[in-house]
Amino acid sequence: MIYEEVTSGSRTRRTLTGAARVLFALKIDGPLVVGLALIAAYGLVVLYSASGQSMPTIARTAARLGIGTVAMLLLAQINPNFLRRSTPWLYAAGCFLLVIVAAIGHIGMGAQRWLDLGLFRFQPSELMKLAVPMMCAWYLHERALPPSWGSLSVLSVLILVPVALVVVQPDLGTAALIAIAGALVIILAGLRLRVMAVLLALAAVGAWFGWSFMHDYQRKRVLTFLNPQTDPLGAGYHIIQSQIAIGSGGVFGKGWMNGSQAQLEFLPERSTDFIFAVIGEEFGLLGLLVLLVLYVFVVSRAVYLATQTQDTFARLLAGSLALTFFVYVFINAGMVTGLLPVVGVPLPLVSYGGSSVVTLLAGFGILMALYSRRKLIGS
Amino acid sequence: MPAVRIKDHWREQRLFDQRSLICAVLMALATLGLLARLFVLQVNRHDYYAELSQGNRVRTEPIPAARGLILDRSGEIMAGSQPAYQLELVPEEVPDVAQTLASLVQIGLIRAEDVDELERTIDSSRGFDSVPIRLRMSDEDVARFAVRRFEFPGLDIKTRQTRWYPNGNLAVHALGYVGAISEQDLKHIDRATYAGTSLIGKLGVESAFEQKLHGNNGFREVLVNAQGRSVERQGPFTQDLRTKAPTPGADLVLSIDLKVQRVAEAALAGHRGAVVALDPNNGDVIALASLPGFDPTYFGRGITAAEYGALQNDIDKPLINRALRGTYPPGSTIKPGIALAGLTYHVVDPQARKYCAGEFHLPGSARIFHEFHNEKHGYVDLDDAIARSCDIYFFGLADVLGVDRIAAFLAPFGFGKLTGIDISGEKPGILPSREWKAKAFAKPADQMWFPGETVNLGVGQGYLNVTPLQLAHYASILATRGKIWKPRLVAAYRDANGRLHPVPPESEGEVPGISAEDWQRVVHGMIGVTQHGTAAAIGAHAPYIFAGKTGTAQVFTVAQNEKYNAKTLDERLRDHSWFIAFAPADEPRIAVAVLQENGGPGATAAAPIARKVLDSYLLGADGKVKPAT
Repeated sequence: MIYEEVTSGSRTRRTLTGAARVLFALKIDGPLVVGLALIAAYGLVVLYSASGQSMPTIARTAARLGIGTVAMLLLAQINPNFLRRSTPWLYAAGCFLLVIVAAIGHIGMGAQRWLDLGLFRFQPSELMKLAVPMMCAWYLHERALPPSWGSLSVLSVLILVPVALVVVQPDLGTAALIAIAGALVIILAGLRLRVMAVLLALAAVGAWFGWSFMHDYQRKRVLTFLNPQTDPLGAGYHIIQSQIAIGSGGVFGKGWMNGSQAQLEFLPERSTDFIFAVIGEEFGLLGLLVLLVLYVFVVSRAVYLATQTQDTFARLLAGSLALTFFVYVFINAGMVTGLLPVVGVPLPLVSYGGSSVVTLLAGFGILMALYSRRKLIGS
Repeated sequence: MPAVRIKDHWREQRLFDQRSLICAVLMALATLGLLARLFVLQVNRHDYYAELSQGNRVRTEPIPAARGLILDRSGEIMAGSQPAYQLELVPEEVPDVAQTLASLVQIGLIRAEDVDELERTIDSSRGFDSVPIRLRMSDEDVARFAVRRFEFPGLDIKTRQTRWYPNGNLAVHALGYVGAISEQDLKHIDRATYAGTSLIGKLGVESAFEQKLHGNNGFREVLVNAQGRSVERQGPFTQDLRTKAPTPGADLVLSIDLKVQRVAEAALAGHRGAVVALDPNNGDVIALASLPGFDPTYFGRGITAAEYGALQNDIDKPLINRALRGTYPPGSTIKPGIALAGLTYHVVDPQARKYCAGEFHLPGSARIFHEFHNEKHGYVDLDDAIARSCDIYFFGLADVLGVDRIAAFLAPFGFGKLTGIDISGEKPGILPSREWKAKAFAKPADQMWFPGETVNLGVGQGYLNVTPLQLAHYASILATRGKIWKPRLVAAYRDANGRLHPVPPESEGEVPGISAEDWQRVVHGMIGVTQHGTAAAIGAHAPYIFAGKTGTAQVFTVAQNEKYNAKTLDERLRDHSWFIAFAPADEPRIAVAVLQENGGPGATAAAPIARKVLDSYLLGADGKVKPAT
């Protein structure tokens, strides 16, 4: 370990400029952070318009970005081995908190997702977005890959327990993201294709089974996704209005703060889940292209960092974090454009509100921490 | 027993790189899919969505056109538009609706019994809609509210255009009225051009010239948000919104002379009846009165069921336009026409004197026809027979002429058909003939024409039925010695640009085949009526010479041996009183027909009214005949 650090350090120091040396010392990946910063800046510009020129909204979002950045920088300093060793504890704590939320929800007035900690509200499900892939990576770290059937069974339980706890909150979107983050670890671990096929079949059965447990509003979302026109003023309203917003934006958009769908409140949840449509309306296809390019750049860089990490835990976790980020973008964009059902997934770093910004940036902090223990030379 | 697997780090790294690559490819595909979707939405279907978005945000609000004025011939306003003040309430701006309404009751602006319904109306409105809660406020009401306005947030006084009839009942049956657009109206109008219009012409000129008066509504595009609330702007930019100004309706200039109209209505006041005065030289309607009338303003502001019920159930039928829709036997006013027929068909020697003993024995029949009122005129020639209205003379003349010739001769005078006046609702009356009777009756026994019926026709009794308008039309044809003009109320209209367009009078030719000599003979007889005949008392001291003819239409049939005694008859069974006249007799400028229902003999009831109408039209302030214009 010491040998690695010293060698890699001495080797790189000679070739880097002063600024890069600072970044290196802080264990920060320059390109990744620049990409994230550009997305966040773009997001603030859009949010100013989408929130109806609300400065308090901008201020709160900037504050969250600040907290997230601090979390990212702090987490980047953590020793990956320490991270790995503390993973089971983190996971257990997350599950425990989810149970508490469920219990409070059960006793109190209906469903809820957060714990009121006085200063701020804490969503344990956000923690699980990180804890579940960490747990899966931790479990696979010592084991031979590709994972055996036995490992898969254990992993299924590790993923499905917290997912089930989030589903009952009910927060279908977050539950799906947690499940996907865990599943991505398994896939990256080298899950065989035929196993994947079997699992997909099982998932189909599970979906059918899940349908019977769904809340009415969740079922309605699925049904409306299949045919939004059936309920244009009810559940289909979101999708129809967001497609009108995007479509009417055209190639160049209607101009900043000049999107009629967004400014005149035809577009619901314009500053949160449907902010993608505001970009489409006000900045057009070009504006969306710019955003997607930034996202693709960040994801590509993150995947590249993941491939450069040294051990199984780091690789699997970093890869999962990178891919999950893309999944966020795709689910949100797909939902707003009518490709996917409406699930409450925010557009990462752009949508207003929630602890997801902090979670995302924390995830990138972990990713950079993992990358700080990279291979000496490419294999 | 599966082999114990050893962790192979190199292999795992390769596997991970492989999987990362697959994931990268999948991500690229997903991104391409997303881009394809965006392309479809933003490029392929951009126009479609742009249109939807436009419809989402822009609402078109109509701007009603100002309804045209209706003026009399001298420019006096008969119908106009007037702003009415009303109190309106915006629910979302009112902290406590119930409390507000209670306070309004307290200061007397709304009635306590209306509160419940107002609350329901307010509840069913959108929060930002302005709900009228008190219509037609007087100036005093407005002042009373204004001083306490600060106590009533969310309440405001708004103005709205309503129809205004400054003269109330005057000429209401010519003018008509406007009322709320009904289901029935909606079938006839183009809804698009009436968006934003709440009143429509219902009768008379208001209805017949609805299109001209209405004008074209404009519109204003308003930016609205998702709740339908109109907003100033969207984001920092103001929108390009279209506005089309309304084109106001045309003003109508009627041929009515309100001075004459007032005299006519005042003279007939307290009676049921009608006065129609025409300019015989072009068909202009100088006055058209039907009494009793009603105040058209009620309809414009929203008539209550009770008010409408009272009008409808009134025994005097104020809603009926008697001038156009009341049909009565013309009585002796038909005699000039019969005389002309006799002269034209050469069946009468105007100089020949016949003896009137008060009875007429129909040849070949046992039936005896009595002189009306049982007078005995002694020896009368044609001139006398007209002037003194000798029934016996005309019984004989009619019998000699026969129904066929009478019907054919009277047809060009406009009997039995519509005069074609430019407002609707007119009735054609009845000009009886053999053909008419065959059609009008179901039983074969009734379909035959009897000679006795011809005799009655000669004095304007029996089947012959006319409206006051028809009789005025007939008087004006007699006045011009045969020239026929279609009666018309609208003489000109002034378009939105202020240009005056005269409506040319419409000639319908002449009554054919009557010699000037014969015209003169009959007119001479009619002058005799006002000089030494039945209406001598009325014609006395007139500063002009005028021709007239009295008429008395039977309502109640007197049996063969009975005598008519007005005093013992119920008022509504008394005879209708007619008078037709034109003046000056040699150069007529006005022809008039007066009907007073159950007024008794024409000479005593209708003739004085006609005289007043003629005076008001012909005489100046100095009491002398005004020069013709």
